[in-house]
Amino acid sequence: MAEMQGGGGEGGKKGGKIRSKKSSTRIDMTPMVDLAFLLLTFFVLTSTLSKPQTMEITMPEKPKENDKPPEVNEKKVLTLVLGANDKVYWYVGITEPQAKAANFSKDGIRKVLLEKKSEIRDMIVLIKAMDEAKYKNMVDILDEMTISNIQRYAIVDITPDDKKIVKEAQQQL
Amino acid sequence: MSKVKMHRSVPSIDMTPMVDLAFLLVTFFMLTATARPDEPVEVSTPTSVSEIPIPERDIITITISKDNRVFFNVDGQFTRERLLSEMGNIYGISFSKEEMDVFKVLTTFGMPIQSLKEFLDLDREDRKQVQEPGIPVDSLNNQLKDWVLQARMANPRVRIAIKGDADSGYPVLKKVINTLLDRKVNRFNLITGDEQVPADMKAAATKKPA
Repeated sequence: MAEMQGGGGEGGKKGGKIRSKKSSTRIDMTPMVDLAFLLLTFFVLTSTLSKPQTMEITMPEKPKENDKPPEVNEKKVLTLVLGANDKVYWYVGITEPQAKAANFSKDGIRKVLLEKKSEIRDMIVLIKAMDEAKYKNMVDILDEMTISNIQRYAIVDITPDDKKIVKEAQQQL
Repeated sequence: MSKVKMHRSVPSIDMTPMVDLAFLLVTFFMLTATARPDEPVEVSTPTSVSEIPIPERDIITITISKDNRVFFNVDGQFTRERLLSEMGNIYGISFSKEEMDVFKVLTTFGMPIQSLKEFLDLDREDRKQVQEPGIPVDSLNNQLKDWVLQARMANPRVRIAIKGDADSGYPVLKKVINTLLDRKVNRFNLITGDEQVPADMKAAATKKPA
């Protein structure tokens, strides 16, 4: 296919002088191209295109024994409890709160967060995860914090009270 | 009049530039490609809108698999060598030169230190067959704590990333985080995949904190 006879071939039939046969200096590159592209395809496909991203978290230091936890106005606290089956329960304040359930969709917890954010000034979000929660839920909720631009949030251990509130909410559903 | 002869050219083109280009690209991809290290478990990370790239060097990766086993990895052969000898000292296990060499090039592993020696003595192929039980993180037997501490002693610049499977449970993550907090590691990374910020939320999310 790629055999290309150069101009040098014409004089070959002339009698007289014995010419050493000049062979074309061109070589068939097709197999080489095949190989090159094969390797190219291989490396393109095997190289990992997207580098994984990371999410940076800074946790507070563990409180020392005689440290008092900081006091906050309970009306400014929004508690999110991550439950089983990708559900998140939320309530404001700590005195007889009514927990409501939401999911991780666009109209779920994000709507709540935005609403509460405009309602409450200097809102503090406490994120508590139940044992049934998945790792994914935690990442998702941290993501929601970034998306709705909430700066003050903390990951806190769940208390028996929280579990009770969530249980009540589950029964109401 | 004779027939008009069509000038027939041989249907071939000069492929040299194409070959040049192809090999240039091959070279590029060969040099940039980092061979994917074989991991003992498949982990599908959750996605997030975060856009911080993961550091390439000096990183401890704590992997949490779907079935809540914990794996450990740290890069740097020198770090790994020192790490293993220190860990051996603590737990009273001496590792031979060969085992050390195997450990140096190993990647993620999830063996309790007590059975690590036998694990390192195995053939490469046999090692892949082993179902690794994961590194103990219970409060009574928390080996992850020592791995993290010693790795940080061996390489002080090291940073910590947690690579969790989307479906792994929260309790094991809590145990890992508490282990880190006990070691005064308050800042760490969660490895996540790519996700776009929803268009209507872009303005809020990218706003700089006041």
